[in-house]
Amino acid sequence: MKKTGAEIFCESLRHEGVKTVFGLPGGVVLKIFDVLCQQKDIQFILTRHEQGAAHMAEGYAKATGKAGVALVTSGPGMTNIVTGLADAYMDSVPLVAFTGQVSTDLIGNDAFQEADNVGISRPCTKHNVLVKDVNDLAQTIKEAFYIATSGRPGPVLVDIPKDVSIAKADFKYPDKVSLRGYNPTIGGNKYQIKQAAEEIMRAKKPIIYVGGGAIFSDAADELRELAEITQIPVTMTLMGLGSFPGSHPLSLGMLGMHGAYWTNMAMHHCDLLIAVGARFDDRVTGKLSEFCPEARVVHIDIDPTSIKKTFHAHIPIVGDVKTVLREMNVILRSMDGNPAEMKALKAPWMKQIDDWKKAHPLSYKQDDKVVKPQFVVEKLYELTKHEAIVATDVGQHQMFAAQYFKGNRPRTWLTSGGLGTMGFGFPAAIGAQVAFPDRLVLCITSEGSFQMNLQELVVAAEHKLPVKIVLLNNGVHGMVRQWQDLFYEGRYSASLLGKLPDFVKLADAYGILGLRAEKPGEVESVLKEGLKHKGPVLMDIHTDPFENCYPMIPAGGAQHEMMLEDPPELKLARKGGPHKRKVDEGEGVLPA
Amino acid sequence: MEHIISVLVENKFGVLARVAGLFSARGYNIESLSVAPTLDPTTSMITIVTVGDDRIIEQIMKQLNKVVEVLKVVDLTETHFLDRETALIKVHTKPEHRDEAIRIADIFRAKIVDSSSTTYTVEITGDVDKVEALINLLKPLGIKELIRTGRIAISRETTRTASPRREPALLKS
Repeated sequence: MKKTGAEIFCESLRHEGVKTVFGLPGGVVLKIFDVLCQQKDIQFILTRHEQGAAHMAEGYAKATGKAGVALVTSGPGMTNIVTGLADAYMDSVPLVAFTGQVSTDLIGNDAFQEADNVGISRPCTKHNVLVKDVNDLAQTIKEAFYIATSGRPGPVLVDIPKDVSIAKADFKYPDKVSLRGYNPTIGGNKYQIKQAAEEIMRAKKPIIYVGGGAIFSDAADELRELAEITQIPVTMTLMGLGSFPGSHPLSLGMLGMHGAYWTNMAMHHCDLLIAVGARFDDRVTGKLSEFCPEARVVHIDIDPTSIKKTFHAHIPIVGDVKTVLREMNVILRSMDGNPAEMKALKAPWMKQIDDWKKAHPLSYKQDDKVVKPQFVVEKLYELTKHEAIVATDVGQHQMFAAQYFKGNRPRTWLTSGGLGTMGFGFPAAIGAQVAFPDRLVLCITSEGSFQMNLQELVVAAEHKLPVKIVLLNNGVHGMVRQWQDLFYEGRYSASLLGKLPDFVKLADAYGILGLRAEKPGEVESVLKEGLKHKGPVLMDIHTDPFENCYPMIPAGGAQHEMMLEDPPELKLARKGGPHKRKVDEGEGVLPA
Repeated sequence: MEHIISVLVENKFGVLARVAGLFSARGYNIESLSVAPTLDPTTSMITIVTVGDDRIIEQIMKQLNKVVEVLKVVDLTETHFLDRETALIKVHTKPEHRDEAIRIADIFRAKIVDSSSTTYTVEITGDVDKVEALINLLKPLGIKELIRTGRIAISRETTRTASPRREPALLKS
C-alpha cells in the first residue's frame, strides 16, 4: 500500500528509534503534523520558538548520545534554527533537523514563507538535502541519521517540500546505507598507534588533553584505563569535561583561557602531548607560537581536518577515539612496565604539578555581604552530591561552573563551546530532562543568557519537567564587563543590563516556583529548597557584578602567561582611583 | 605555491555550491574553476586551481574529502600531469594589422574562428604560459573581448604508479 510523504516521515522516524521530536508547526508542514498527532510512538514537544527546539534537540543528543530531532516550518521556522545548527556543527552534536519547504513548483518564486533552506544551512551543517521526490524520502532520512551520528557527528538538515509530504509512494525502510563519498576511518593506523605507545612509555612529562570527541565516541573507560596504566595526568577541554572523572587524582580539570594555573603550566612544560578527540581551539592554545613548546604531539581524531589544522602533530592518528585507545591500551599493557613503575617514572612530574597547584589553587573570597558566583556553584556541587546533568549558558557563569562543578561522568555536562551561544543552556536542560525525566537536571545560567530563550519556561511548566534553574544574576554581561575592565579602561559599553525583570514574578507568571537569594547567608537555604521542590524551579541568586573570572589567558597571550587576579590598576579603580590600562591595539590580540 | 586539484563529485545539484562555499568560508583562493560531467553521468569532475602553502593545501584536500558528495580528491601537482586551457580572444584589427594578427595566430598554432571587417576571433588551446604569451602579443593590437575556460588537467599515464607523498590514512580510498 502506498503511503504519503508525511506517513513515510513518521514511519522512518519510528524505524530510527526516535522517541521525541522538538519543534513548531507552520503552513507547509501541516500534513506532517497531521500524521504526527495521530500516532503514539513519537512524543512531540511544542517549543515557543524554533531556536528553543534546536537547542532542546542538542541537549537531548548530548545527554543521550542519540540524534536529537527538530521539526520546523519553512522560511522563518528554518531561519530560527540556524543558530542551533551552527552550534551543533561547531560542537559536533548529532542533530537531524527537518524543515518544511514550499511546494516544488513554487521553489524559487519568492513564495510565502520561502527561504533557501539548503543554501542558508550549507555552511553550518555536516550535510543537507532538499527532497524533491517522495520516492527518495525514506532513503534520505536513513542517510541523514547515519551521517549525523557517524564519524565526527554533526547536524544534518532535510528539507521537505509541501507537495512531497502529500505525494504517495511505496514505503520500505532501507536497512543499510551505502554512500560512496562518505566512509569515516574508524580503526587508526596500527603503525602510528605503536609509535605513539612507544613515545608514551618513554615520556617523562606527558599529559593527556581530551576533547569532546572522547565523549561522542563513548571512550571514557578506555581513557581512564590509558591514564591509569600509564599514570599520565588528564586535562579536559570545555567540551571534554566529564570524559574523565573530575575527582580522580590524575584529573587536572579544564585547560585553556580560564583553565587552572597548574593545568596550563603543565601543558606549557609537557614533553609529550596526547591529544584525544580535541581540535586545538584558540581558547585552548592561546598564542600558537608559544603553545606546548617542548612537546612531541600525538593527535587522535576521527576528523582528518582537525589534525594539523592549527597545530602540528608528530604522530597523527585518524580514527575513532574508542577504537584507537583500546588498541593502544593493549599495546601498552604488552610492553614492559607496570603502573607502579610508571608512577615512579612520573613522580617528579606529578610533584611539579602539585607544587603549581599549591602555589595557585582556584580561589575566591566569600564575605558576608555579596554572593560570589563561585560560592553558589560550589554549594550546588556539594548539595547535589556531584550527581547531576548540568547545562550551562555562555559567559562567566559557564567558566565558574566548568571550574567548580567537577563532573564525573560523560554526557552530564551540556554546554555551548565552539559557537558560544548564549541562550543555549535552558532549552538544552529541557532536552536532557525530556530524555531523563527522573534525573536531576541543573541549568546554571545568568540573567543575560537566560533572557535569550526564557519563553521555553512554559514548556517546562506544561510538561512538568523539573529543571532546576540556578540563575547567577549579576545584572551585567559579566564576561564583556570583565574584558572592558581589563582592556578598555572600564568603559562599560552596553554591558550593564540596567532594567531587569523580576525573575521570581516571571517564574510565577509561567506557573513555576521562583526563589530569590540576595545575601550569602540565603544561598544555601534557597538552593536546598529549590532542589527539594518536585517541579521546575527558577532560583534568582544575586551575585557580585564585579567578580572576575581567573585564571585568564588574555586573548592572544601565551598559555603560561596567566592573569591570576585583578591587576593593580583595576584594584585601584575599584577603590575610586583612575581606571587606566593601556591596550596595545593589535598586539597579539586574537579575534576575540 | 599553485596547485591543481581534481575533485570527483556526485553529479547532484548543490554540490558545486558546497565545494565553492568551502573555499570562501575558509578564506581559500580559487584561481580558476572548471566543471563538467565525466564518462559516468552520475559524477562530475571539478578542476580547481588554488594557491597556498603546504599546510593550507593539506587542509583544502582534507576539507574537500570531508564533503559527503565528494568521491575522490587528487592534487595533480604532486604527480606528473598535463594541463590545458582554451581562450577565445576577439582582437580589433585595423586594415594594417590584419596580416600581423594572422601571423601571430599561426606562430601559436591558434585558429581564427570568426572574422568581421574590424575583428578576428582567435581560438587558442595550450598550457597557461602559451595562452598568456599569445594574449600578450595580441594586446598591442587591441583586445576587445577575452574569455578563458579555466584550466583542466589530467595525470600522465606513465607515472601513474608513482606513490603519492601523502599519508595514506588521510585519503579516501
